[in-house]
Amino acid sequence: MKPVNGPPPPIPIVAATEEVALYEIRKKIYPRVVHGWFATWRWSLIFATQLVFYGLPWLTWNGRQAVLFDLGARKFYIFGLVFWPQDVIYLTVLLILAALSLFLFTTVAGRLWCGYACPQTVYTEIFTWIERKIEGDRLARIRLDAAPLTLEKFVIKALKHSAWFAVALWTGYTFVGYFSPIRQFGIDAITWRLGPWEAFWMLFYGFATWGNAGFMREQVCKYMCPYARFQSVMFDKDTLVITYDRPRGEPRGSRRKGVVPRELGLGDCVDCNVCVQVCPTGIDIRNGLQYECIGCAACIDGCNQVMDKMGYAPGLIRYTTQNALARGYDSRTMWRRVFRVRTLVYSAVLLALIAITALSLATRNPLKVDILRDRGALAREAAPGVIENVYRMQIMNTDETPRRFTVEASGVPGLAVQGVEQPVSLGAAQSRMFAVRLTAPSPEDDTDEQKPRGQDDERRANTRNIEFTIRAVDDDKVVRHEKSTFIFPR
Amino acid sequence: MSDFTSGFWSVYVALLTIVSIAACGVLLYVMGKMRVKKPPQAASADTTGHVWDEDLSEYNNPLPRWWMWLFYITIAFGFLYLALYPGLGSLPGLLGWTSAGAYANERKAFDAETAPLYAKYLAMDAKDVAKDPAAQAMGERLFLNNCAQCHGSDAGGAFGIPNLRDQDWLYGGEPDKIKESITNGRNGIMPPFGASLGPDGVSNVVNYVRSLSSLPADPLKVQLGKPLFMANCSPCHGQDGKGNQALGAPNLTDQIWLYSGSASIVTETVTNGRGAAGAAVSRMPSHQDMDPAKIQLLTAYVWGLSNRGAAAK
Repeated sequence: MKPVNGPPPPIPIVAATEEVALYEIRKKIYPRVVHGWFATWRWSLIFATQLVFYGLPWLTWNGRQAVLFDLGARKFYIFGLVFWPQDVIYLTVLLILAALSLFLFTTVAGRLWCGYACPQTVYTEIFTWIERKIEGDRLARIRLDAAPLTLEKFVIKALKHSAWFAVALWTGYTFVGYFSPIRQFGIDAITWRLGPWEAFWMLFYGFATWGNAGFMREQVCKYMCPYARFQSVMFDKDTLVITYDRPRGEPRGSRRKGVVPRELGLGDCVDCNVCVQVCPTGIDIRNGLQYECIGCAACIDGCNQVMDKMGYAPGLIRYTTQNALARGYDSRTMWRRVFRVRTLVYSAVLLALIAITALSLATRNPLKVDILRDRGALAREAAPGVIENVYRMQIMNTDETPRRFTVEASGVPGLAVQGVEQPVSLGAAQSRMFAVRLTAPSPEDDTDEQKPRGQDDERRANTRNIEFTIRAVDDDKVVRHEKSTFIFPR
Repeated sequence: MSDFTSGFWSVYVALLTIVSIAACGVLLYVMGKMRVKKPPQAASADTTGHVWDEDLSEYNNPLPRWWMWLFYITIAFGFLYLALYPGLGSLPGLLGWTSAGAYANERKAFDAETAPLYAKYLAMDAKDVAKDPAAQAMGERLFLNNCAQCHGSDAGGAFGIPNLRDQDWLYGGEPDKIKESITNGRNGIMPPFGASLGPDGVSNVVNYVRSLSSLPADPLKVQLGKPLFMANCSPCHGQDGKGNQALGAPNLTDQIWLYSGSASIVTETVTNGRGAAGAAVSRMPSHQDMDPAKIQLLTAYVWGLSNRGAAAK
């Protein structure tokens, strides 16, 4: 865990090196509560994200759930948009947009996702808050865990786990509610009529929430999450990172309030260890940026509080960049560097992609058509001088309103569509497959007695390119042209 | 059911698997006993001691204990799985699972679901089945899967393959005859007459046959062809040319042609015959292995295609 910024610090000869097993038993972290500008932002985002997560499945649209991923019927509903399996390209685009935006804000200000939006962080915060309310502040929690098991301890722990369990179960219920209409799912759950898989997934996600937010916490960030490991690829020397201002803070040491630290040969750091106590991953930011740091800025808030009490200027731990430290930028210059080539390029690509996607979604054609021509019965003589070809036509009306369509074909003189009642009507979000035939007058001369087939090389089958046009009756703009072929046998 | 020629390989695979998994467990245990220096966060941790490329070394930071327990659980699960399911060579596993058996179970479950439905339709008369929209939908799907490759997705037939939507039947259009065609197949054979009639004789017969359907024909050749037809063709096609459903000989007086009514094709038919070796023809395959209920549904569907008025559609 080499420090990232600055030369190695003078190592305080305090703690001796300890020996642990290779598979070390984890020491539980008891994060101290912190208030401040960043903490306020974090909690605002917790409220915002959870309002969206828990609230969205309850909204309705067009008589159905507004956001529903109906895996069984293979339709994804997002308000007015219906996505069919054929629209999976939009999922690809969504993932690309997510990745690009991640690259953008990570290169600007580091692990903003981790500290403010990641469900692991969010649920850990919620569960820690519950723990704090039931078990007490940091010292109380440490004492409680060290105490032997008494009735009081059991009751407190039971209360805490019940509260956790309730939140976890509701989370699992909400998650499954995105895939199975949430109201009916809730009724089924209460009346014990859940299907085995629905029940399983609700309990599974509930268990995962309870386990990850209640127990695993920083272990996910430290050992499981790949983002922690490749963050360094996304940072550059102008990325804003949480930094301890070593020249200002060192040498650290406690002193009385009111004393001028320089006179004592001390830096601003009073060695209160608040920055270590509030850290949810248990690191000491004074050692420099480490991969465990999730960018929650609790240490900034904590230190600023102490600085405030001591009457010093805030910002001993603050967001700054490697370049700003090395080259002594002032604040304005540092912030101007946010608009460098890398971020501008990311932004441009992101905006362009968003614009293209929005345009594509706005002009989506609700009609999808697939035409497969018969291969066994390639062509037939329906009547003397009339040739028929058969096709299987699949028409999909992806709109949520019923529509009627006319089917026409062109490309061969006299081509006519038979075998289907026109106009074809389809219900809302319905797909139909039916056989259709095309007839065309045969160009072959009927009365000509020629040698039997097979003895004349020049008479080969004639394949013509044709085009089907399927058009909505009430909307000329909803139209599809599908190419196919018409075969005249010889 | 081993494909190996010797039992040695099964033992070899099983032994290797067990030893490998056990070795993982042993390695885990031994490593668990190891102790490493964990410094306070300031200094660098222990390195493994190896040095590559002059100055490249590797930290030996401790792993979390829960990871070790997960690994042990995985090993235990691995042993349990191999005991229950096939994996150790050709040992079948305590649960006796096979992929063929899994498929058979799925089929059984599916058949159990469809059995009452099938039984209901099998007991009905085919003409009544044709009135049932659900049965007709099933029949359509069965048709598209089994029959449409030759007869066309619209059941209109192809060169040498009958149109099932018309009223013209080679072997009879009643449900029992349709069922017979599906179950046993059909193999229509027409002998060749090219050698016996000669090119002129063939030409005369062809013109006569076309005249039966009121198609353009040379009047003189029609006259010459009639006695030839009566001598050679009427035993199967009938004196009036209306065909013989017992033999599958088509009706030559209508506008419906199995192989095309153009002069050149009829000439080919008469010259080379149909069904004899070398002449292009399609045979209707038999479906004796098909579930009788499916045959019943197909019969009803096919009958319904030609009897739209009588069927509910």
